[in-house]
Amino acid sequence: MQPGSIAIAGAAETEELGRLPDRSAIELHAESARGALADCGLTTADIDGVASAGVPPIDVAHYIGVRPTWIDSTSVGGCSFLLHVRHAAAAIAAGMARTVLITHGESGRSRVGQPRYAPDPQSARGQFEAPYGLTGPPTAFTVPALRFMHERGVSHEQLAMVAVAQREWSSRVPRAKMRERITVADVLESPLVAYPFHLLECCLVTDGGGALVVTAADRAADLPGRPVYLLGSGEASEAPLVSQMADPTSFRGFRDASASAFEQARLGPDDVDHLMTYDAFAHVPLYALEDIGFVKPGEAGGFVADGNTMPGGRLPMNTNGGGLSYTHTGMYGMFAIQEAVRQLRGTAAAQTDDVNVSFVQGVGGMFMSAGSLILANRRP
Amino acid sequence: MTEATAERMVPRETPETREFWAGARRGELVLQRCGPCQRPYFFPRPTCPNCGSSDVRWEPMSGRAQLCSYIISHRPAPGYTPPYVIALVTLDEGPRMLSNLVDVDPSPEALALDMPLQVRFEWRGDTALPVFAPVEEVR
Repeated sequence: MQPGSIAIAGAAETEELGRLPDRSAIELHAESARGALADCGLTTADIDGVASAGVPPIDVAHYIGVRPTWIDSTSVGGCSFLLHVRHAAAAIAAGMARTVLITHGESGRSRVGQPRYAPDPQSARGQFEAPYGLTGPPTAFTVPALRFMHERGVSHEQLAMVAVAQREWSSRVPRAKMRERITVADVLESPLVAYPFHLLECCLVTDGGGALVVTAADRAADLPGRPVYLLGSGEASEAPLVSQMADPTSFRGFRDASASAFEQARLGPDDVDHLMTYDAFAHVPLYALEDIGFVKPGEAGGFVADGNTMPGGRLPMNTNGGGLSYTHTGMYGMFAIQEAVRQLRGTAAAQTDDVNVSFVQGVGGMFMSAGSLILANRRP
Repeated sequence: MTEATAERMVPRETPETREFWAGARRGELVLQRCGPCQRPYFFPRPTCPNCGSSDVRWEPMSGRAQLCSYIISHRPAPGYTPPYVIALVTLDEGPRMLSNLVDVDPSPEALALDMPLQVRFEWRGDTALPVFAPVEEVR
């Protein structure tokens, strides 16, 4: 794939986010799809490829009346949608699809029409992790963090600063669920969920959705709306059990997926103006900053604490407020892509200056899978 | 045990992990060691994840480990009363596994990273699970 030859032509989120008990998960997909199609002036008749996670793409296609000849049901957790963009780009470049609709919708809070998750006691996770009192992501994704903090010299105050910095952004975003500015003391005084993590260092749980329309850049030029170009992408995985990371202080998925994306885009970290990185918990952006190469190992905590990712900082990061403050339906990756698109189009609520290249980093499961996208507002 | 642990989740073995759980019921932590690599690995499966060899043998581990990382959960889980410790432990032989810490105060002051641990086994029905306790100071 040539950098810039594929574009996100349409993008939309559900009109509302947060608590939406009047809609089931599949309807959140459908509403997102209608919005993304309207955004680029297309209809369901124009779509020949579908991709989704959670609710399967065949269910979504049938529900909204699409007749697909390309289907991607890659479901690897919250970064699935980044992989869908990458797969769609490959399919379009290969002539296997022309216009791909990628949808996300999750009733994460209200649990309406939402598939239930229970670990199978015969799975590896069910035998070797779940029996030890794991209640889900707050008690699993967090397990390696103390080791990271110990090895990298990250203080509890620096970890808290991740949440503080993102609230600085969300305070400027009317759609964000949490908008009140907070201090390090506020974070450290919030209830402990799983030491060292306090409530304000854990993501929200919300309902919502989003969708993208991906097509060739040449075709996107003829559509209404402002296309955003794909320069590079990557995907990778490590272990389905967080305890089996080869190194608890570094995620191979982040390293490998981001390296692929940079190689494909022929760019490096210094070329990036804006970063969206998954933040289910406050330590995840610190891993990403180091593993992607924006800072050296041991520098991430200080980098955030010194304000480099905040409004006016060197590397605006999670400018919607992220999963910690904006929204987090369970599989947050779609919202990271949506904010990158808005920043590149110049339509973000907390719009930053001079954003030409945005890097989106997703993670799935608990340091299980990873997807990276490098997006730009013009073709190279 | 100070609490009703009856509600705690019981793992179910598969043909590939039967020997691990049989060992646990005998009070032994048994893993497979790869012939070519000479390294034990976790979790159990018939081929070595490092090199792909099927020349692997079950072998009892020492049960000694170090505390690699942990969280103290403040959320209730079936059969668990918060606060309780979910730990990532590094066996002296190399592999890492998730477990609980027992016989230790669930507080950061009592939990130093790299502290030495020793395996114990906690019965749940007719299954025994490896858990870890701090090594007693030698008097």
